[in-house]
Amino acid sequence: MTKNTAWTKKDLLGLKELTREELELLLNTAESFKEVISREVKKVPTLRGKTVVNLFYEPSTRTRVSFEIAAKRLSADVINIATESSSVRKGETLIDTGKNIEALKVDIIVMRHNCSGAALMLAKNLRASVINAGDGWHEHPTQALLDMFTLKERLGRIEGLKVSIVGDIAHSRVARSNIWGLTKLGAQVTICAPALLIPPGIEKTGVRVTSDIDEALADADAVNVLRMQFERDAENAFPRQLEYFKNFGITTERLKGAKKNILVMHPGPINRGIEISSEVADGSNSVILEQVTNGIAVRMSCLFLVSGANENIKKVGRLTSLPVNRLKRP
Amino acid sequence: MSMKEKAHIMDKNGMQRTLARMAHEILEKNKGTRDLVIVGVRTRGAHLAERLAQTIEKIDGHKPPVGILDITLYRDDLSSIAQQPVVHKTEIDFDIQDKKVILVDDVLYTGRTVRAALDEIIDFGRPQFIQLAVFIDRGHRELPIRADYVGKNIPTSPKETVEVRLEESEGKDEVVVLESND
Repeated sequence: MTKNTAWTKKDLLGLKELTREELELLLNTAESFKEVISREVKKVPTLRGKTVVNLFYEPSTRTRVSFEIAAKRLSADVINIATESSSVRKGETLIDTGKNIEALKVDIIVMRHNCSGAALMLAKNLRASVINAGDGWHEHPTQALLDMFTLKERLGRIEGLKVSIVGDIAHSRVARSNIWGLTKLGAQVTICAPALLIPPGIEKTGVRVTSDIDEALADADAVNVLRMQFERDAENAFPRQLEYFKNFGITTERLKGAKKNILVMHPGPINRGIEISSEVADGSNSVILEQVTNGIAVRMSCLFLVSGANENIKKVGRLTSLPVNRLKRP
Repeated sequence: MSMKEKAHIMDKNGMQRTLARMAHEILEKNKGTRDLVIVGVRTRGAHLAERLAQTIEKIDGHKPPVGILDITLYRDDLSSIAQQPVVHKTEIDFDIQDKKVILVDDVLYTGRTVRAALDEIIDFGRPQFIQLAVFIDRGHRELPIRADYVGKNIPTSPKETVEVRLEESEGKDEVVVLESND
């Protein structure tokens, strides 16, 4: 990493628009925060006096709690807004909600939204920092960052690694953010899913595509197993779950054809017996719980960097985080 | 802001003699190395801490544990520095509870770095006491902080900068005073 890399963006919206150096800065900074969260006193005064709002339009416990812990470890004040019980129910628009939160002198808004692009829209309209905690099928940058952090911590590098992502790629923001981040850092990504769940044109991002799980596992250093969401189609869920497990489920038997120390990752919450067997989820290849711990360090890094950059932007007196061409993107 | 070298204060031999004297003072004041730990402020303070520990070992036969403190997260000026500093790890892999902590930094100036370092050390536990060792004291304190061990006092003007250069980081041991041209 070059020494002069600085974080200049007030927001973290996705990994697609970040440079390799910015990704490395986020991950390296997270390493220092990992040290902080393993101390006796797991708290530093860095963001004292700053306020972070968690604005979640979709139910989420783990991401929200992880951001809340991350902000508290940095001594920021944290407020959670669950939209089911807020004025969003009364028809307030997203931008109005955002401006009202900003008027409360909030510094950082962490938002999850069911519409792709919602975080970008909010960020364009506010001076407060926006961190995307998942928008539609678009991106979930902090999840991908914690996946990459875990890979780097366990295997020492990302460059040259072979990483397979298995599951519902089409509807997965986790997959998209991982693809952008991993390919930028020089990993070889393979995606594996039933043909219907592979988004058309995905190979243009430089990934290898297959529907053969054994092929995807064969030479992989790590496999990232996505959550299958059959609850959207409850009626037919059970037979399809069995079929999916048979054809794509990660089991001990299947891992026999993989590298002996392949890392098994999962963004959670896991569906035991659907995309992964209990034996694998709890086995020696699994780093699923390490990912949860690393999520705090990575989110502390994001909060720290956007907060510092925004202070500098406010000093200069202009909004510099969004390059003009980004606003015109279709 | 360009800087020109105004005075050459110390060379390698001078620095070695100064470190040896500081090591003796630390041992004298603390009556040996019992419960003694040395913690340096990253980057140059950490190198100096390691050198002090080695010098103490030569005199006393026992090397106190050495830790590294990165005070970035404890700074009081995070929002006013133009570029964000890169955060590095703090590495203190021993218990500081009830220990005699010698905090080491290269230059003592406003005292704000020391303030941040004290806060961070105390987050790691409750030491018996903390003593401060600095290689150069250049004055202009903004906080009520003083050093217990000083390599050399160099009265300066606020326009000047004192640089302690070390083989580990700059490839050469020397102390110089720099002055800004404007």
